[in-house]
Amino acid sequence: MKGVAEFDLAMRSADARRGWRARRFDLAALPWLRPFIESRWPLFVTRSLALAGLVFTILAGLLGPRVGSHNFAIILVWIAWWTALKLVFIPLGGRSWCSVCPLPMPGEWLQQGNLLGGLQKPHGLGLRWPKKLRGAWLQSGAFLLIGLFSAVTLTDGRVTAWVLLALILASVGLSLVFERRAFCRYVCPIGGFTGPYARFAPVEVRVKSSSVCAAHSEKTCYQACPWGQYPLAMRDSAQCGLCMECLRACPSDNIALSLRPFGSDLGAAHQPRGLDEAFLALVMLGSALAFSAVFTGPWGWLKSAAYQVGSLPWLGYSAGFLALNLLLLPGLFAAAAWLHRRLSGSPAQLGKIFAQQAQALYPLGLFTWMAFTVSFAFPKFYLVAEMLADPLGLGWELPGLAALDFGWLQQVGPGLQAAILLAGLAISLRLARQLAQASVTNRSPVLAALPVSLFCVVYTGWVLWMLVG
Amino acid sequence: MDAGRIAPQRERRARLFLLALLAALALVLLAAYLARPEGVLVRAAMPEQGGWLPAELKARVGEPLRLRLISEDVTHGFAVGRHDAPAVDVNPGEYREITLLFDQPGKYVYYCTRWCGLNHWRMRGTIEVVSAGQPGSDGQAAPAEPPLYLQLGIDIDAPHPAAVVPEGRPRAELTAGRISGLPEHYRSREYYLSHSPSQAWQALRQEPAAQALSDEQLWSLVAGLWQAQTRVERLEFARQQYNQNCAACHGAQGAGDGVAARQMADGAGSGPVMGMQGHGLQKPSSFADPGAMLGASPALLAGKIVRGGMGTGMPYWGPIFDDDQVMALVEYLYTFQFDYSLEVKDE
Repeated sequence: MKGVAEFDLAMRSADARRGWRARRFDLAALPWLRPFIESRWPLFVTRSLALAGLVFTILAGLLGPRVGSHNFAIILVWIAWWTALKLVFIPLGGRSWCSVCPLPMPGEWLQQGNLLGGLQKPHGLGLRWPKKLRGAWLQSGAFLLIGLFSAVTLTDGRVTAWVLLALILASVGLSLVFERRAFCRYVCPIGGFTGPYARFAPVEVRVKSSSVCAAHSEKTCYQACPWGQYPLAMRDSAQCGLCMECLRACPSDNIALSLRPFGSDLGAAHQPRGLDEAFLALVMLGSALAFSAVFTGPWGWLKSAAYQVGSLPWLGYSAGFLALNLLLLPGLFAAAAWLHRRLSGSPAQLGKIFAQQAQALYPLGLFTWMAFTVSFAFPKFYLVAEMLADPLGLGWELPGLAALDFGWLQQVGPGLQAAILLAGLAISLRLARQLAQASVTNRSPVLAALPVSLFCVVYTGWVLWMLVG
Repeated sequence: MDAGRIAPQRERRARLFLLALLAALALVLLAAYLARPEGVLVRAAMPEQGGWLPAELKARVGEPLRLRLISEDVTHGFAVGRHDAPAVDVNPGEYREITLLFDQPGKYVYYCTRWCGLNHWRMRGTIEVVSAGQPGSDGQAAPAEPPLYLQLGIDIDAPHPAAVVPEGRPRAELTAGRISGLPEHYRSREYYLSHSPSQAWQALRQEPAAQALSDEQLWSLVAGLWQAQTRVERLEFARQQYNQNCAACHGAQGAGDGVAARQMADGAGSGPVMGMQGHGLQKPSSFADPGAMLGASPALLAGKIVRGGMGTGMPYWGPIFDDDQVMALVEYLYTFQFDYSLEVKDE
């Protein structure tokens, strides 16, 4: 197969380029861990429990108090889960949340016609996802939509419940019409988060030896992958849901679940990048900024404008939010990309450079979201203790839980936020230089990296001022 | 892909597991349902968001009515008019249980006692209490007498300027001994209810017994007559009710400058208020203005309280305060004009 041979070649040269960064530690090779990865049971049980929790959460959201701070759904989803997602699942596991996410389960079960058998004879129409809708454009749109309605979604249990229900229904509908996990790949706004930032995470699923794959013509791993990935061809982890179906399907034990250095998927300047990914990266920067301003900023008028959905002030907020995400940040970054092109002497088109350089924004975005989470969720963690002590709102006080003291979280908050933001900036700056190095011809990479670096510094300064003051 | 990977037994086990999980979830929900606290759930929200939900409750005489109150936004208060259950606060997201017992049939009004917003006073609901064992009866109590202002034919919407006003603030303590020398009818309850202080002053001016008094001394005499119609406990009760229900608009010192008044449109109040088109909201009356206050009889003031200022934003308190409570409030309002020698604690 010609295509496979090409991929093989690409992999080898990529491996050679990576040099020291190719260091990996294969978790699937650990004898005691292997059975847990090979068996479908652990993920099935975890996801089933999560699904039960999801059903409970939706009911609690609909029936519980409308006051957010006393609604189980609000506290579980927007404080407990959100914090776990931003501070643990994504930075340490990439799309690891997707491997246990209950949202697409009903749809997936219907699609595969069984609970535990994997993707064998798909039910439903099994259409391919339309070409025009591929890429991250839809997810960027979903993300912007969430931003417009965030203040209500994050404070009203009913709205949260309806959003969760809508996501489940969308995933069921899409998995019956389209093949595999079309919903997760192209629509799910959470995927819009986890996917891009999975490039930074220290976990990856890859083939061990590309020549083994080259000799294997059946591509059982591709057939088995709910995400439609061909492990040999995976250039990064953005679309890998860590479900480990490929490992189960591989007849040659050629799949590794590896620990790797942070940011391993980033900085390779010669791989093609899409404008959609760059745009999503910018939307996530813009959203982080807007969320910080609305939820943790001192501006009451902004909060109430964001909250009064449909009102004139809300329209103003929406216009500002969209202008920030669609005009200001892309405009500023386009200017940085243009300057970079001038300074580096790169012959590439501006669009390509724009997409290429946007890689530097991933650590910045991820770390900004982490810092926002610290400032947004840490002061409210006592609510999680209250919720656990009385999960059904019946006036219980389960021993030991209500007394948990999260005061120290507030103490460390500001320092931690600043540290996270500066760490993200440092990583992004290094990445920007790395990218510049790869694209300059005969000029100084330091100079060429300046525009994108400046963009990152200004953005970080902005967020620092807003979050830490 | 080898079809041999389908393992029916494993699949069965997975389905069993899922079923068990669903059953466990259903059990938890059932348990929560069975363990739910008794009582009618009443949600409180700012009037623009719906007010009390439900706003109509039913109860029977002698049977306890258990309510579970919860606020969906800000802190509200719950109290029932013409009922002696103390007011309770209803905090956001927290359930508050209260049990009411009614010994008289009738239509009771429950209302918010915390200033929750500009339309706070619109936040009311009704409890229809019927006699036990008489499901068909509408439970109306015997019709009350028409209010005094109607009996006297007073137009409470007409301006009521005082014909005369004092130079300073009349002090009742200066009248010691003089009141007993006045003709009997000045000291009657009927005279007090149906006359404004300025009318009383004008009538007294004609009295031979008061010929020797200066204008100021005469005003002190009027203040003394008005003071004689109240008691410390009544003023104390009225002060609490005033601060709780009236001060937000009329101001703690009666000057019409309460916090809510600042949010109201000036003058005729036709402008939008806080984004809402107010129902003819206008600046609240000042009880510190002698020109208006000394021209108002207790019957007139009581009428305004009972009926409310239709079209002005003044709520109607008829269903909430009984006649005696309304009159105590009226007695208290005159303290914004007169210095009484009674011991009235001030905050």
